[in-house]
Amino acid sequence: MARAILYDSVLCVGCRQCEGTCSERWKLPYDEKIAAEEKTSAHKLTAVRTHGERFSRKLCMHCLDPACVSVCPVAAFKKTEAGPVVYLEDRCMGCRYCMTACPFQVPSYTWSEILAPKVTKCDMCSDRLKEPTRCSEVCPTESTITGEREELIAKARERIKESPGSYYPAIYGIEEAGGTSVLMLSAAPFDQIGFSKSIPKENLPQTTWAALQHIPNIVVSGSALMGGIYWLNNRKEEVARAEGEGGEGVKS
Amino acid sequence: MKLAMPRITFWRVIFAAIMLSGVAASYVRITAGLAGSTNLSDEFPWGIWVGFDVLCGVGLAAGGFTLAAIVHIFNLEEYKPVVRPAILTAFLGYMLVVVALMFDLGRPWRIWHPLIMWNPRSVMFEVGWCVTLYTTVLFLEFFPLVLERFKLTRAHKVLKGVMPLIIVAGVILSTLHQSSLGSLYLIMKGKLHPLWYTPLMPLMFYISAIAVGLGMTIFESWHSAKAFGRQLEWPLIQKLSRMLAVVLSLYVVMRLFDVTQRGAWGYLEQPGWESKLFMLEMAMFIVPALLLFREKTRQNPTGLYLTVVVFLLGFVTNRLNVSLTGMEASSGVTYIPKWTEVAVTFSIIAAGFAIFRLAAQHLPVFEAAGHETPAAGGGSRAGLAAVNATGD
Repeated sequence: MARAILYDSVLCVGCRQCEGTCSERWKLPYDEKIAAEEKTSAHKLTAVRTHGERFSRKLCMHCLDPACVSVCPVAAFKKTEAGPVVYLEDRCMGCRYCMTACPFQVPSYTWSEILAPKVTKCDMCSDRLKEPTRCSEVCPTESTITGEREELIAKARERIKESPGSYYPAIYGIEEAGGTSVLMLSAAPFDQIGFSKSIPKENLPQTTWAALQHIPNIVVSGSALMGGIYWLNNRKEEVARAEGEGGEGVKS
Repeated sequence: MKLAMPRITFWRVIFAAIMLSGVAASYVRITAGLAGSTNLSDEFPWGIWVGFDVLCGVGLAAGGFTLAAIVHIFNLEEYKPVVRPAILTAFLGYMLVVVALMFDLGRPWRIWHPLIMWNPRSVMFEVGWCVTLYTTVLFLEFFPLVLERFKLTRAHKVLKGVMPLIIVAGVILSTLHQSSLGSLYLIMKGKLHPLWYTPLMPLMFYISAIAVGLGMTIFESWHSAKAFGRQLEWPLIQKLSRMLAVVLSLYVVMRLFDVTQRGAWGYLEQPGWESKLFMLEMAMFIVPALLLFREKTRQNPTGLYLTVVVFLLGFVTNRLNVSLTGMEASSGVTYIPKWTEVAVTFSIIAAGFAIFRLAAQHLPVFEAAGHETPAAGGGSRAGLAAVNATGD
């Protein structure tokens, strides 16, 4: 059972109840001023954005093989079997590689925190896996729903098929960054509602692994090569020294 | 031993001003956190403390492993006079990188976490381990100088016995993390500008690190010759510059080939800083490479020195382009470092010069200069005159 979220921008009316309930869950302040901020930040883990008459939601995409999980030097991120990508604050030393590596620009940092700054992001309500996520629960138009990834993909395809006039014929999140647990539907091309077009379609940790996998090889062949060169050079010197000592010859 | 009031000179005043600004910036960093001391943001989480202090710092310290390999593994004994200053620079360089990290990390007191909380898929994890181990290796490579200074002959002998192993380990560790600093950016596909993003980044970072190791050795020899009134190891420097010409040209050819092969030249026609800074960077690699092949440049100490300086600045430009210029467009914001970030960076550079100067005065760094350990009792004009020399 791996949890996923489907967000349907066509059904969204921009009521921002998802924002409110999310802030409540994280015990973050939420008022009109914060509601007007159309970007995620350390005090706003999901944001509804306005694009003319359309809306879109920004939240962690919960990649199937997340860049943040692979880059973290202290394994402070985990892709759980239940679906959510979770952050383990106790491990984090604050290098912020997760932030530079995330293709969706999701993780935020509590920059003004002095003693205990941390990374913040949506965790897909991993604290209550039996019920739907809070944002799904409060959504009055069912534009955000929780379910199984495969099931949600089927549902999204059905919606596109049933009213091809209202939907842009693609599901954001099937291929992006190698696939994500958060899926999006839209009436217009996704870059018109605030989603980057330049997200690679491939599994991103693989780009790193292509280099990292050579390490054992470099260590073994490098040591052998240099050890060999060192031995040869020393041997040459020894021979030269022995010969110089008066033609006694080289023993062994 | 009398303590004399150090003479006040132009460069000492500059040095003091830089260090004072660094102290002020450190105070801001401690009391106001990263928000108060940097212009970093969720969109732009890595600034000059990573781009310059770490990426350039580690690169500019590459002379340590380059020269150690040349002298101790390839057994080219003639280069011995420059190997000690190179190892000293490297050791200082890595210590200063750690200092910079203490400023940049959100919770610096957890810097040891990667040693026990493993994630072998992470390049940063690998870099953390390599840098820790290599700093230890550099300490061991540098330690004989201390033993020699205090005439601890037996310990010196023991350490000398295992030195070949230490040297080989040092070269391997350097190969791994110098290239891995390039691998750090492999995952930023779609974020890092295509003029810099290439799957070959690890190789590019490695080869340019070797080149910069040679370049820094020439740079140091020139400066310490000036500062300590020593003779420049001129025939050696000329040979090193010939080596540099070869490595640098290899790098340039690979870079040009790579941009061509990826069909990235078209990005030069797009407006913006990227194309201009790319051209600047390339010019600062290509011009020195061509000049170094000229017999005339290599025969003129000042000409050679200036050529090497242009290349070193080109190297810094490359690392800053990868970490700052190339990341800006996709971030959607503009990053200009805060005064505190600049102050910390300059203080670290200044501290590097000063500590090198002190070590060179009190330890037998320049062994080939006939074993007259310069100013063993602190006799020669003490202070920070290394900074003096930069003024030339």
